[in-house]
Amino acid sequence: MVPRKLWRRPLDSEQIKLPKAEIHIIPDLCKGCDFCIEFCPRKALEESDKLNKRGVYPPKVADESKCTLCGFCTAICPDFAIFTTEKKEETSRNGR
Amino acid sequence: MSESNLMMHHYLAKYLRQERMPHIWCEGCGNGILLNCFLQAINELNVDLNKIVVVSGIGCIGRVSGYINVDSFHTTHGRAIAFATGVKLANPELEVVVISGDGDLFAIGGNHFIHAARRNVDIKVICANNFNYGMTGGQYGPTTPLDAWTTTTPYGNIEHPFNLAHLAAAAGAVYVARWTSLHVRRLKASIIKALQKEGFSFIEMISPCPEIFDRYNKMGTAVDVMKWFRLVSQVRHGCDPAKAEITENEILVGEFVDIEKPSYGRLLREMTSRVQDKLKREES
Repeated sequence: MVPRKLWRRPLDSEQIKLPKAEIHIIPDLCKGCDFCIEFCPRKALEESDKLNKRGVYPPKVADESKCTLCGFCTAICPDFAIFTTEKKEETSRNGR
Repeated sequence: MSESNLMMHHYLAKYLRQERMPHIWCEGCGNGILLNCFLQAINELNVDLNKIVVVSGIGCIGRVSGYINVDSFHTTHGRAIAFATGVKLANPELEVVVISGDGDLFAIGGNHFIHAARRNVDIKVICANNFNYGMTGGQYGPTTPLDAWTTTTPYGNIEHPFNLAHLAAAAGAVYVARWTSLHVRRLKASIIKALQKEGFSFIEMISPCPEIFDRYNKMGTAVDVMKWFRLVSQVRHGCDPAKAEITENEILVGEFVDIEKPSYGRLLREMTSRVQDKLKREES
């Protein structure tokens, strides 16, 4: 196994910016199957500690900055209770 | 976005009948994932919703026709393919998709399935295989694995199951694929490919049934079953479907068959026009 510091790094990895994601969860549609929590590749979701109106624990956002908009949670959710959108970049103060 | 209308902002919301949501399927059921993948596929293809027809049979997945916001029909038990054949032959412009379960398509509807595949009727069949009759309480069916426990096989199943992909390929389907409900991206890609193909396409999705089959067989929660899918499934494109038996230690998934063959509808229309021309010539 090659040590991590010798791993190849993409040449433009510093210029590429990961998109900022916004995770939208509709708690009352969730049936609590936990697929999104379990299969999120970046572990951006966790189980919430509040019951929803169906009596299950829906997911909640653990760390929104980890999300890379891969859309796997949206694709695997059987209940259409979660989706992600790209967060609009805030325009900087000097208008650039 | 307020909490109440958040569902409207889901990019697939326009394909769903909102007033019928949430659906009746259990937590962790693969049917919701199949519906999700199908909607993603029609969203990606950007098909005219007036040109697509969804036909479903009886069973848990049969409810799918009520949830999709296209022309759809919930047929009697096992007759989804018979109905779909009629729709396709009456109006060849329509894209006809049958979404049904293993019990509906292969037990009572088995003959319709093999003959539609043999004739190569231009319909797409997507089967959610959960290894038992879920809606009626978990009786054993044609896909229940050997030795599996169900409500009607309390000492273990003594019947050998169907290998659905092999059956479809042997009967003459032009496109046969199998995925589990964990392979959402590949399932979507397969549905897109099948929708663009002419002829009888068959996609099998292996689904967890966490409330009944998996509970009787002590397979844990839906997440455990999905982890088991991840552990045992192997992607083998083009593999011989006869060898792709579903066992406890191995589920071969992939696109098994992808061939070209003239469809029944095309041959029928060609024959009709040929005979009509001949009759006209004889009259004149």
